[in-house]
Amino acid sequence: MELTREEESALKGEQGEIMQMAYRILVATGEATDAEKLIPIEWAHLSGVNYNTIGDAGEEFLSGISKNARVKVKTTLNPMGFDIDNVSNYGLDDNFISKQLSIRKSYETMGVNPSFSCIPYEIFDMPKEGTQVSFAESNAAIHANSFDNLKTNKESAFSALASAITGKSPYSSLRKEDSPNLTIRMKIDNPNELIYGMLGFFAGKVGNNSVNISGVGEMDRRSCKALCGGMGTSGTCAKFLFGDGDPSCEKVDFDKKEMNEIHDELNTAEKGDLITLGSPQLGLEEISDLTGKLKGRSFKKRCMIFCPRTVKEQARKIGYTNELERAGCEILADCCTCLTPLISKDNVDSVTTNSIKGAYYLKNSNGVDVNLKSLSQIIEDETR
Amino acid sequence: MKILVSGKVQGIVLKSNDPINFLGTVDKKTGIISDKNHELFDKSIKDHILVFPNGVGSSVGAYTIYSIKSNNAAPLAMICQKADLTVATGCALANIPLVIVSEKEFDEIKNHSKILLDTDSTTPIK
Repeated sequence: MELTREEESALKGEQGEIMQMAYRILVATGEATDAEKLIPIEWAHLSGVNYNTIGDAGEEFLSGISKNARVKVKTTLNPMGFDIDNVSNYGLDDNFISKQLSIRKSYETMGVNPSFSCIPYEIFDMPKEGTQVSFAESNAAIHANSFDNLKTNKESAFSALASAITGKSPYSSLRKEDSPNLTIRMKIDNPNELIYGMLGFFAGKVGNNSVNISGVGEMDRRSCKALCGGMGTSGTCAKFLFGDGDPSCEKVDFDKKEMNEIHDELNTAEKGDLITLGSPQLGLEEISDLTGKLKGRSFKKRCMIFCPRTVKEQARKIGYTNELERAGCEILADCCTCLTPLISKDNVDSVTTNSIKGAYYLKNSNGVDVNLKSLSQIIEDETR
Repeated sequence: MKILVSGKVQGIVLKSNDPINFLGTVDKKTGIISDKNHELFDKSIKDHILVFPNGVGSSVGAYTIYSIKSNNAAPLAMICQKADLTVATGCALANIPLVIVSEKEFDEIKNHSKILLDTDSTTPIK
């Protein structure tokens, strides 16, 4: 990899230990992914926030580097483990809470915006077309590449952190080009968001860096997010392009057989003890739509709704929160279904959700069974 | 050969043909591998030149490599056959020299042999 004189000097340690470590990460990542140089990025979005995933090793590391590390570009943050406003309702132990707050403090000290959201594309202004960013959250990287005309690889927590500190990223894979060698032909008519989630999950399994998807029409916001969330969960693929693609592309169909296989893999229960909505977190548009759908109806069981804090505040001002709480919803900011410590197999056997990403992690990390249903089906079956 | 993290060290090779999952199967305090099914079960990777095909498992394993180093239980260097981002970023965080070698070069490295790894040299492994 070619480095500029300034980058070489940072790698040698002439700009301090933190810069040296950040450049070591960029060079190691760049060499591993065949990048020929580093390029400037304008925005980093970091994963590695939830104490449930990074544990003591992560907490100690962040606490250590936060003494000296400062971010150089706009930097936003993935969800953490809980919403401080209502964490006392969920029986989380004190150690978890104090470690999580330490992680929060470390990131804030470094100058990171404590957005605690996996949908930065929905709550922040988007940079201009073609801007290089560095997004570690998989659904956000896919959304940025596929819907927002930004460029990012599916970054690791570390490469995105190094990008935040240096303002640079290795120039490799999707930053350079995106000519998929595979086209997925969508064969299911009138798909809802659950089916888009399964299509995404299938695409992640069969695709490499990017895939074409043919046979899909206009998608609403919920479906776009479901597609991105599903794809980010199952593989390394980080961009989809709509259309047939190059005629030389290999073709695979996503039909009832493929869909049923994914459904059977992730759906392990006939019903859920509680419902979760939000993985990716819900934006204001989805909260508004849900409030409309619930008019006068109430959930028959607990329903946890995950959203960013800014969305929770907007929802409260507009009056959605009152309406949702009346319907029996618990609204949680700053956290997400994905890798939540708030649902445990000690007190919950199974969860109903419309999220493929949520289902995968509930099953594999939380160890609970999952009952998959689309939002409209959830409202039909689970409210009165 | 690809140099992912540079450096110069001399030491005894500890070699395995099994991939290593740093998250959960390597003790952070001692560097001892706790996976009963691993070729290096019960052996410590501390102060060796660790030679193995590649890392597997969660990217959080990179923090584990950093912890092992902070506890003075880390290998002197690592030599892999395949670049994976968990080991690459872990070694970068912890400043542990890391090179990727070809299958032939990998096969030529003998377990328990003494080698010199110098990423600035024209023959990096001697």
